[in-house]
Amino acid sequence: MNTTRRTFTFGISAAAAGLAVSAYPLSSLAAPGNAPTGANEDSTPEITAWIKIEPDDTTIIMVARSEMGQGNFTTLPMLVAEELECDWRFVRPQYVEPNENLSRGNAWGDMTTAASISIRGSQSYLRKAGAQARHMLIAEAAERWQVPQDECVARDSVVTHAPTRRAFRYGEIAEAAAIRPIPADVRLKHANEWRLIGQSIPRVDVRDKAVGSPIYAIDVRLPDMLFASVSACPILGGRLKSFDASQVIGIPGVRHVVAVEDTAVAVLADSWWQAKKARDALPIIWDPAAGKGLSTQTLRDTYRHGLDADDAAIGRRIGDGNKALSQAAFVVQADYEAPYLAHTTMEPQTCTVHVRDGSAEVWAPTQDADRTLLNVSKTLGIPASKVIVHKHHLGGGFGRRGLAQDWARMAANIAKQVERPVKMIWTREEDIQHDYYRPMVLARQSAGFDAAGNLIAWKVRVCGSSMLVGLSPDRLTNGQDLEMCNAFQNDDMAYHVPNFEVGYVMRNSSVPVGFWRGVNHSQNGYFRECFIDELAHVRDQDPYRFRRNLLSEAPRSLAVLDEVAKRANWGRTAKGIFQGIALVECYNSVTAQVVDISVDDTGQLTVHRVVCAIDACYIVNPNIVEAQMQGAVAYALGAVLYGEITLQDGKVQQSNFHDYRALRMNEMPQVETYFVSSGDKYSKDWGGVGEPGTPPLAPAVYNAVFAATGKRIRSLPLANHQLRSPQ
Amino acid sequence: MIDITINGVSRRPASEGDTPLLWYLRDELGLTGTRFGCGAGLCGCCTVHVDGKAVRSCLKRIEDLDGSNVTTIEQLSANGLHPLQQAWIDLEVPQCGYCQSGQIMQAAALLSENPHPSDADIDAAMSGNICRCGTYPRIRKAIKRVAKMQMNSSAGFVPNSAK
Repeated sequence: MNTTRRTFTFGISAAAAGLAVSAYPLSSLAAPGNAPTGANEDSTPEITAWIKIEPDDTTIIMVARSEMGQGNFTTLPMLVAEELECDWRFVRPQYVEPNENLSRGNAWGDMTTAASISIRGSQSYLRKAGAQARHMLIAEAAERWQVPQDECVARDSVVTHAPTRRAFRYGEIAEAAAIRPIPADVRLKHANEWRLIGQSIPRVDVRDKAVGSPIYAIDVRLPDMLFASVSACPILGGRLKSFDASQVIGIPGVRHVVAVEDTAVAVLADSWWQAKKARDALPIIWDPAAGKGLSTQTLRDTYRHGLDADDAAIGRRIGDGNKALSQAAFVVQADYEAPYLAHTTMEPQTCTVHVRDGSAEVWAPTQDADRTLLNVSKTLGIPASKVIVHKHHLGGGFGRRGLAQDWARMAANIAKQVERPVKMIWTREEDIQHDYYRPMVLARQSAGFDAAGNLIAWKVRVCGSSMLVGLSPDRLTNGQDLEMCNAFQNDDMAYHVPNFEVGYVMRNSSVPVGFWRGVNHSQNGYFRECFIDELAHVRDQDPYRFRRNLLSEAPRSLAVLDEVAKRANWGRTAKGIFQGIALVECYNSVTAQVVDISVDDTGQLTVHRVVCAIDACYIVNPNIVEAQMQGAVAYALGAVLYGEITLQDGKVQQSNFHDYRALRMNEMPQVETYFVSSGDKYSKDWGGVGEPGTPPLAPAVYNAVFAATGKRIRSLPLANHQLRSPQ
Repeated sequence: MIDITINGVSRRPASEGDTPLLWYLRDELGLTGTRFGCGAGLCGCCTVHVDGKAVRSCLKRIEDLDGSNVTTIEQLSANGLHPLQQAWIDLEVPQCGYCQSGQIMQAAALLSENPHPSDADIDAAMSGNICRCGTYPRIRKAIKRVAKMQMNSSAGFVPNSAK
């Protein structure tokens, strides 16, 4: 920590400013014991501690959410800088330390980096913080010049008094400005006044990533550090019976073999390879009981029965779906299935922990730093104020590194058993076999048409295990996980159907389930958008126009659908090319995609192009959003083609990238992205972009497959299906 | 005694001979720019150059590298940035960035063997490197940009590992 540099923090007292400096570097050679203390008597509830300006105008902007590839280190500071009117070249983003956030009463708000929340969940207070600081700088300058504030202008890190052409650099007056009162009410710029928001400001993190800088938690190196390789019980929910440490303790470099509660064993050595080799050689006996009868097939049977069960929790009901179905002139029904999916972040699960003298220090790739801190505190039984968590850029998140925090608890459990710092790294096999999987879900949908061919009823049942029960029971409604109905709810399904009902039948198991990019919208969007395609074909209508007709009262979704159809030249394709379309509303954004595919005589599918249209209200950084759309397509397409985690006797049957495949370069389609930015026309909140590109892809591809082959496939992934019948 | 030249410096590893090059680089030498992704040669994260060729360092035991010349991302270019690294920055290729060392090392080996690769050549060379963030379109663009640049310049860039 550089304590000699004079740095002034806005929004807290000058005395506190000295203590609030949070210059802990993103360095591999982080020195233990040199971290911020977290002790801070000033606990201000306002979120105004975002900016520090040094005498040379360097402008440190604090980032509370995590950078995991989605661009937070660039876009969140852009929101502050927009109102601060600082020169972007002076901006240096810096992570908020979770222990400081805790000790200062959440001064930096929520650190959660999930649910595409970072921009939409913090834009209002980040812009406000920038504006407040700008006012304080102007007030300071005006007082020194003895002129009215409204004669002063702030721009490019300079306050200017226009009539006299006097000027102060921000760095000259920051120390005094920082102790001025914080203005409560500040006017934020209108969108048409923005100079940064909406511009493709270059990402601040790409250089480090192009030269191999040690910016990830897995790169942390501490003096005297041990490395841990772990084996968790291969039977999900299973228990450790025994292990024979004597077989490996003599292996060079091996220092300890420890149990992690009764679910895993860790080998600690001087290098990770030594630890891993000893782990492979370690005799371990697991109790297989938990795996008895737990397989993909038994779960499928359970869920299939669940679709008929009468204990569904109703997520949304319009009119009387059952009655309308019984009176319909004709009814269409179809069952769909989505498999468990692993996340496979490129950086396998890792965490470094040092426990000593009743305190702990943690180096973590976390989507939820506050939660990491609290999990470690609870695991070790020490007060939260005694835990320091250092945030690192994530080698991928996709939901794996958010609520579950299993990896943080495991690392803490291991580290508490030894004196030295421990870096735990999972093998890829552990990573795939001990994930919090996107749940396997079955869906049954029924639709009824009247004699004139109008869609009058739609009923949906989904069955699978709940993520919230295990990970966030506070979000349950009367014990029910209504988020399992997402994509069919009031705020995320724009289609108008006079009689509608969606219900979720909860059937939980010992298979851990969690948040995967797009969460429930990813499987439910697939169910919904494939089924609506079926309805269009039953009615002999174009799938785009069929959707349009259901969106007459939903101008926001309609505009996005129209845009994607126009940009993709819907219905006018080259010979041999077939299209599929899908629309999903989620995270307050609307996204539609048209996919161009071909299927050759052998049944080989090629996805040539994906056209995306998105309305995220405002686009903060177009270049980053374009990258997010490409990324969402790649992530979703890999799952559509290959993604499936299966179970036998409680064990995951996949283990590495050969049998849990990811999309590769040669399979990547061209991706075109178009913005339909509705601003504040329909919503005062902004939309997310990290996840919304994921859910429409699977149904768009499947609908295109139907267009190309006439085959209506109702389960994922495509690898399980033959697209052409053998001759 | 094993003797390996790592980034131009002669080294005698203390690690056991069966240690994969990846872990020798990361844990003994602190060259953490080379990253662990799968441990099975399936993802390309750990790609380095051995005698100028792209190699998955997670599968290469150091005892088999006696007398070899290894180059990692840290020393891809002796001075400043390799043109690919510059293109990676200019085109903002990385998202999470974790796989990008391997991607760049793979791309550098491709261009040193085939200065003007076709799309099919790029697919063939790069499809062993997984990127879960889906940066593939920009990787392709960056490789093509550098190939075009080299076509336009008489000198061309000689990677450190090929000198």
